Formats: sequence, structure tokens, C-alpha cells
Amino acid sequence: MSLYTRSRIPVENTLLNARLQAADRGYDDFVVVDVDAHHYENRAWVDIVPYMEDGPLKQWAESMVKRGGGGGASAALTGVQLGNQEVGGRIIRAGRNFSDPLDTVKDDRHPDVVRMLWAMDQMGIDYTVMFPTPMLTLGLHPQVEVEVALARAYCRWLTRELLPQDDRIKTMIYLPFNDPAETLKMVHEFKDVPGVVGFMVTSVRHRMVHHNDYVPVYAAIQETGKPLAFHAAYNWTEPSMTQLNKFISVHSLGFTTCNMIHMTNWIINGLPERFPGLKVLWIESGLAWIPFLMQRLDNEYMMRTSEAPLLKKLPSDYMRDMYFSSQPMERHKNGRALEVTFEMIDAPNRLMYSSDYPHWDYDVPAVIHDLPFLDDKAKRQILGGNACEAFGLDPTVVRKAPSRG
Amino acid sequence: MKVHVGAAAEFEEGDRRIIDVKGRRIGVFRVDGRFAAYLNICPHQGGPICEGQYFPQVEAVLGADGTLVTERSNPDRPQLVCPWHGWEYDLRTGVMVADEQIRLRTYETVVEDGEVYVVA
Repeated sequence: MSLYTRSRIPVENTLLNARLQAADRGYDDFVVVDVDAHHYENRAWVDIVPYMEDGPLKQWAESMVKRGGGGGASAALTGVQLGNQEVGGRIIRAGRNFSDPLDTVKDDRHPDVVRMLWAMDQMGIDYTVMFPTPMLTLGLHPQVEVEVALARAYCRWLTRELLPQDDRIKTMIYLPFNDPAETLKMVHEFKDVPGVVGFMVTSVRHRMVHHNDYVPVYAAIQETGKPLAFHAAYNWTEPSMTQLNKFISVHSLGFTTCNMIHMTNWIINGLPERFPGLKVLWIESGLAWIPFLMQRLDNEYMMRTSEAPLLKKLPSDYMRDMYFSSQPMERHKNGRALEVTFEMIDAPNRLMYSSDYPHWDYDVPAVIHDLPFLDDKAKRQILGGNACEAFGLDPTVVRKAPSRG
Repeated sequence: MKVHVGAAAEFEEGDRRIIDVKGRRIGVFRVDGRFAAYLNICPHQGGPICEGQYFPQVEAVLGADGTLVTERSNPDRPQLVCPWHGWEYDLRTGVMVADEQIRLRTYETVVEDGEVYVVA
């Protein structure tokens, strides 16, 4: 009999090694914040749709849920993202393509809350900023009003049903960015809602972040004191990306490209000068793109200063004032590249750890903790301190369970 | 120190057993009738490599003129794939497919009187 028939074995705890890392490294001694982790809202449309406002869009959504069930409804509502996240089944994700005891555990709380808290405990994380998954590309929906309706329903469901179940789980409000006026309404509706620590734009869309229509949005968010985040993704149907024939290719380039486009518009049009108190966070493109763009924009700005008249300093100086999430952090064999990157982005004060769990390229906290060129203070700032300051979280360690055993 | 794993006869081709040796979890695999033992920690992020699945190596087939003919799976080159992030290792040797300088921590195995031991 082929050995491949014995390829898969039962595993009770897929994150046991993360738990052992947390115990060995003493995460009990300081706060660890994960600024970007996900749940699969596509399983919950039957619960979310009732939060839509009455009307034809709700009727449409209800009919899709009735027809398609959980996943099928998601495809019809938010669209389908082409992909091969698990590399042909090689990567195991508990609760996604691998069943573990948590799938059948009896618990009064929502399954997404239960699984998120479990993952946090395994990795030694105190607070997590939770965010959806298929909605990451909802900004591509040609019906602007659909993004608005689903975003509002999702955020109401999330903040009323899930977040009250545990104070360790926070969120940044999904903004229906294709409609600036509705985006502004969302900021006002959710800015003081418990558990809301910021606002999020999913970056895969075709909107210019510097358009004057967004000025009231940025002013309102600045007023709240909470960060505005841009969450990158890939879009394989983007014309330039259709040249790429492998998931590795589109995943490598797609995330970084959409972050770079928005960042370039943000800086060249002087938004940091216009909203100096607005905290901006760039999520999920790793770090290597940042020094690339710093060098590229600085070099061009020196030659073409007149095209960016609002700037009072170099583009890289503005980027250094911004926040970045760490995952998926590139760890090249030449370790000096990462060390220089940390220096260029002022990582001890501006970098925030993110896991992206349970997505396929997640990072455990050890990727930061084990870096040889960081001192203990810098490690703790990146793993939690910077996020506590930016999001206004209590820096006291909360109950988590990284102990051995 | 020799640590007892089990009777060799209990292992079919592809069977594995993960044992605890003073807090270290070591996976023992039967492949080609021999036994290979690896530390259950992936050099990447520390994932449980020994709990991963076996996949045949993917190979590209080129024509004589350099055209790509196809990609195919080669079941004679089984790989052990880390379940956390997909790092692939030769199941027989523990050598990483993408970078031969990266290797799993390996342990010597011995079979004596039909019993399998790991030297750890």
C-alpha cells in the first residue's frame, strides 16, 4: 500500500507548538496584540442578513442565503476570489480544511469567538483585531450600494452579537469606501461603539484615496483619534495581474501593488500634511515593499518636487510617521535586509505585530520575538506596546494560557 | 540515549509515531522499509512538521527545445510538508526541497530484535 494513504494523521491541537513557544518566551510577562486576524463571515450570512435594512437589497440577500446556504450565499453576495491558499491541500487550517475538537465543542458563544479565543490563547495573544475574509474584496463589487448594505449589516452584527462576547476581541470598522457619503455615516455610527478601535479600508478597489470626496471622512476619523487602516489583498482579475499564471506570483505582487498605489497617492497628494493627526496603518503586505517605495518616491520627488507641492519633507519621512503591520514578514537569508528595513520604518515605534491567522501565511509572535537585532523593549513595543498606544488598549496583561501543558 | 519507539512490525510503509523525549517531540517515520526521525519543529516558524502530510514532488517536464510540456507529481519522491506554512522536506532525508542548506533536526534510528529505537 502506498505511503500516501497514511499522509494525514489526526491532530488534536494544530497550534500546540505556538503554545509551547509562548510559554518558552514568557509572553505572560507582557501584552501581545494581534492587529490583524480573521474569521470567515461567509458562514454567517444567514445571521448577518437580518441586520440589513428593509428593501430590495435585503430581499435579494435573503433569497441568496435561502438558495445557497452559507458558502454559496457568500459567493453570490460578495463575489468569488480565485485562489490556491492551501497550496493544493498541503497547508492545514483547523476549522477550515481540517477538523479538530473545536468544531464540535459545546459553547454558548459564537463559534468564531470560540475559535478566535482558542487561537489567541495558543499563540499567547492578549487582544486581537478581528476582520472578515471574503469581504476583503467586496470593494470590487460593481454595485456600490451592495457594498454599503453588506458593510453596514456586517458591522452591526459584529459589534452587537460577537464583540460583546469577549473584551479581548476588537475590530476596525469595514468602511464601504466606494461611497464616500455612506462611509462618513459609518464613521459616525460606529466611532463610539464598544470594541471599535479603528476604521478599515479594504484596498482592493479602484478608488483614488486623495479624492476630495474623502476629505470629510478623513477629518471625521482624525477627530475620533482612532487609526485608519488600509488592508491589502490581491485581485487576480486585475488586468496586469492576469499575466501571472501562478498563485505564488499574484499573491507576491497583488498585495504589495495595491498598498503601493494607495500609499503613493496618499503621500504625493499631501494627505499627511492635511491630516497631521490622522493615524494611518498599512496592513498585510509584509515589509520589503516599504524601503523599496521609500527609495523610489524620494528619488523621484527630488527631481519632480513641483508635482507634489504640499510636501514639506521627503516621502520617506512621511512613511516613517505611519504604522505598519508586520505579516507576512519576509525573512531573507541576508538578515541585514530586514534589519535595515526596521531602521528605515522606525520599527520600535511604528511596527505592529499581526498574525493574519488563520490565513495560510500567518505569522506567530516568535517571528518578532526571535529577531536577533531587537532589544527586549523594542520586541515588546512591536508585539503589543505600539498597538496599545495607537488603539488605546489597556497595556495590562489579560488572562491567556500560554503555559506548558 | 536510546529511546524505545515500538515494534518495527507495527509500522506499515508511511506510518509514523510521535514520541516525547524529555519535552522534545520527535516524529519517527517508516519510509522505504527504513526509519527516519525528525524533531517536530519546522525551521521556518516552529510548526509541527512531523504532523504534516506527504505529497509527491511536483516536477516540470520540458521538451527537447525547452518548451514546458507539463507539470506532474512524482510519487517516488515523497515530501513531508509542514502543516503551518507548506515548507517541503524530502521525507527520506529531512532536506528542504527549496533550499538544501535547510534541514530538519534528524536523529539516528536503530532496529534491534525487531524493536525501533531513536538515539536522542
